[in-house]
Amino acid sequence: MRYLPHTQEDIDQMLAKTGHASLDDLFETIPDALKTKGPLNIPEALSEWDLDAYMEALASANIACKNYKCFIGAGSYDHFIPSIVPYLISRSEFATAYTPYQPEVSQGTLQGIYEFQTMITELLGMDIATASHYDCGTALAECALIALRKNKNANKIAVSSLVHPSHRQIIKTYITPSGYEMVEIPRTSAGLTDTAALEAMDGIAGVAIQSPNFLGNIEDLGAVKAIAEAKNILFITSFTESLAYGLLKNPGSCGADLVAGEGQSLGIAKTFGGPGLGLLAGTKKLMRTLPGRLIGRTKDANGDDGYVLTLATREQHIKRGKASSNICSNNGLNAMIAAMYLATVGKIGIREIAQQNHDNAVYLKEVLGKAGFESVFDAPFFNEFVVKAPEGFSQKRADLIRSHCIFAGIDLEPYYPELKDHYLFCATEKVSKNDMDQLAKEVQ
Amino acid sequence: MREISDLNFSEDVKYTKDHEWAQLNGDIVTIGLSDYAQDQLGEIVFVELPEVGDTFSKGDEFGSVESVKAVSEVYIPISGEIIEINGALEDAPELVNEDCYEGGWIIRVKPSDLSQLDDLMDKAAYLEMLKG
Amino acid sequence: MNKQPGTKGLIFNEPQLWEKSREGRCAVSIPKTQVKRTLLDPSLTGDAPELPQLYELDVVRHYTRLSQWNFGVDSGMYPLGSCTMKYNPKTNEVQAARQGFASAHPLAGEEFSQGALKLMYDLEQALGEITGFPAVTLQPAAGAHGELAGILMFHAYHEKKGKQRSKIIIPDTAHGTNPASASLCGYASVSVKSGEKGILEPEAVAAIMDEDTAGIMITNPNTLGLFEENIKEICEIVHAKGGLVYGDGANMNAIMGIVKPGDLGIDVLHLNLHKTFSTPHGGGGPGCGTVSVVKELIPFLPVPRIEKNRTGKQLDTYKFVTDCPDTIGRMHTFYGHFGVMVRAWAYILSMGPKGLKDASTLAVLNANYIKESLKGTLNLPYDRPCMHECVFNDKFQQEHHITTMDMAKRLLDYGFHPPTVYFPLVVDAAFMVEPTETESKENIDQFIDAVKAIAAEARENPELLKKAPLLTKVTRLDEVAAARKPCLRG
Repeated sequence: MRYLPHTQEDIDQMLAKTGHASLDDLFETIPDALKTKGPLNIPEALSEWDLDAYMEALASANIACKNYKCFIGAGSYDHFIPSIVPYLISRSEFATAYTPYQPEVSQGTLQGIYEFQTMITELLGMDIATASHYDCGTALAECALIALRKNKNANKIAVSSLVHPSHRQIIKTYITPSGYEMVEIPRTSAGLTDTAALEAMDGIAGVAIQSPNFLGNIEDLGAVKAIAEAKNILFITSFTESLAYGLLKNPGSCGADLVAGEGQSLGIAKTFGGPGLGLLAGTKKLMRTLPGRLIGRTKDANGDDGYVLTLATREQHIKRGKASSNICSNNGLNAMIAAMYLATVGKIGIREIAQQNHDNAVYLKEVLGKAGFESVFDAPFFNEFVVKAPEGFSQKRADLIRSHCIFAGIDLEPYYPELKDHYLFCATEKVSKNDMDQLAKEVQ
Repeated sequence: MREISDLNFSEDVKYTKDHEWAQLNGDIVTIGLSDYAQDQLGEIVFVELPEVGDTFSKGDEFGSVESVKAVSEVYIPISGEIIEINGALEDAPELVNEDCYEGGWIIRVKPSDLSQLDDLMDKAAYLEMLKG
Repeated sequence: MNKQPGTKGLIFNEPQLWEKSREGRCAVSIPKTQVKRTLLDPSLTGDAPELPQLYELDVVRHYTRLSQWNFGVDSGMYPLGSCTMKYNPKTNEVQAARQGFASAHPLAGEEFSQGALKLMYDLEQALGEITGFPAVTLQPAAGAHGELAGILMFHAYHEKKGKQRSKIIIPDTAHGTNPASASLCGYASVSVKSGEKGILEPEAVAAIMDEDTAGIMITNPNTLGLFEENIKEICEIVHAKGGLVYGDGANMNAIMGIVKPGDLGIDVLHLNLHKTFSTPHGGGGPGCGTVSVVKELIPFLPVPRIEKNRTGKQLDTYKFVTDCPDTIGRMHTFYGHFGVMVRAWAYILSMGPKGLKDASTLAVLNANYIKESLKGTLNLPYDRPCMHECVFNDKFQQEHHITTMDMAKRLLDYGFHPPTVYFPLVVDAAFMVEPTETESKENIDQFIDAVKAIAAEARENPELLKKAPLLTKVTRLDEVAAARKPCLRG
């Protein structure tokens, strides 16, 4: 097998050194009764060429093998990925390295992630960003735990019902064993979080709002901040579409204490939902409570600049049972991809691309309106919005996929049963005016 | 790490088995870490302090001291209320390494039971404990 | 040092991105648009974020130069104990990059995602067979995440039984994520010391196991690289008092095709696909921490689960199932790290049953060879047959005031990534070597020679080791300053 170098000669020489008569004897400390009898019942090895054929067939059983038109988002977004990004991230010095425990030979990863941390703080207007987490949902759950632990008098966290449904589920999974509770803040008929309901709540340690929310609407973060301040609780915001902050007022300027986000839009392929990129940012005050890895700048013994993992005492390998989290790895390679993407698009590119996302979404909503899709909410949105579909659309929607390779909106009924026949549409910079006109024509 | 014979042990304080020192000045007790403790910890990067007004019972954990690679809890040798914390440690945690009995003090406590000081060790007893 | 890999060479300085930024530059091709511009209300928009402004070549040079400062498995031998830095096959990257996988939207719908669903189902089956369990979830995003899932299942199981427990037993050799995961689920960790042989003794476990203990977390082989010979008895002791056994499968690379953890009495086991199953470490992730469970724990698995449609038709189809009333819930926004799963599946299909068993066998051979070759040079606290890794320390070098850290730093100059140092904590100044099966005898002999040369330098020229590394772009960094005055952004 081409990954295993040992010749018979190698094996004989090595066994002579270890003092074993055969390879089987290497496992002498394992009681015989515990050893597996017979080979593993898994498929026989494939040659590289047969593997290609097999995987090609599997990939072809996903409609994504064709060039489809994507008008759906809901936490996974279809954006252009500049060719230099996959090219640069394929450099094996980035991909085949491990966590930078020996910083002297990991300065590439360390500087790269330090730059990532910096650019994320710029994007979000926050003081500190970590070296990343698994996804927005788990980052948000960690933020909820920070708030709950900090506030010894409250054991509830208020979470908007317009936070991504999966994220609310993850928070619940994380906080349940500690006896904490999640209280959902209802929404108004305007498709926004009901701030009056939040104001009436007490015994809460913090509040979490997603903006743009799951229905695509931009929330009034300032109003929520005011309530959080009055109650002296932590104000947590989240988002699933990073490019929104190329255009919108960032959470830091709205007074967020903690921000959790999804960075998949920053140059990472959708890949059936993972791996993505969890973003977590906080204020300086909360620095020592933040979970996850942090890269810091320092000098070496010769006075040259360098980077290291720092504030490691927060982490599991030191605090063990008292650590702020159990997280060990981050999504390092994806954080590097995001850094490369942000460096590539830069200040000018991100603004223009974000603006085009919005322009396209506005146009899409208009043409769908003319095709019989009712506008549901008046709230401003970024690149996702909700419309009510005309009769018979759900059948048409399935046909559109099969015959035209067009994904037209996501049915919201499974998430919000009262929103029957309501669909969440998304338009990014990737869809053209022609694509949108064609969609409008097909759904009529 | 240095030999015990190379370390300094102030005559004017009493010691705990967890390597803190306590010194009575008037009716206030100042608390810090012994030279042995700071030497074991290595270069200190952060001291987690309680808040003024917090109360603790003897033996409670009142904070922690961090080096790059380790965290050590610190335990209060006597019950009482925190009346002062050493703010200088925020910018200069190394004071605990460099000047552990003076500039590197950690908290000042208004004790609720002065007799608890009698349970602590004097320098000779502490040295015995370290050598033993 | 002539035959050693490490040598001098010209690499490049490269400033931080914003130092190269110039107003007006942009490295991305702006898409052409035909729809009209619609500005949002100014109260909603902010200034454009202050990202650097670079042209394309600057971005390419920046990251090319940065990559040249990194040491990866592709650069040289990387015997980082407990991390299984084996070769990352490039065909795995080809498979993961297929458009049908990379462009797949997670909410496309089951009908249009059958390729992905079948891949995940088949991978679950294979991992179940390899580990000896009837059911697997692929959802946790990393080993630590898998541990959390496992302990959440402990919690849910005891809750369902009507009596929650408050403690979990954790050996002193455990990885820090173990007590951290227990703590996240509200359990207090009770430590149990390993015996003289470096493994757990049943009496020690029996002494502390009671009906308020939810269970035990065991790593097998353990972090000293030793097989926990008493594991079956220990599982029985824990089960007898109604507890569960969590297996930390980080060291699975030692036993594929040789032992199935499910046969040992373990109830829940996590795997690190980025260790045993060759997916790249990526500088710290993304990984994938699958979890295998016994039948009793299936109801508690995270959702969604993947099942086959029993239609009786010729072609199997697959679906997501979320109607699981006792589930611990969701661990990840969608289904976990699918991109990592593709790579692991490609690896398993490439190796086959014999390949996986050979991999483990040769990993153990390599580690024992290193152990025997270096045991006179470095102190070996547990002189017993090891599994896929062995642990030394710096006891012999202490008389020259040379530490494990000094020797590790000097290894960099020789062209090797150092082993894991200062873990596990039960060995003072540990030096944990895990060669993996993908290193040849010649590479390993070079490594052995390097360590011997360094041990000689420790005697003859200790000052040199104190200054090491000398050939790297930067030398030892001031971690104290980094922690005292954290500078976390540019």
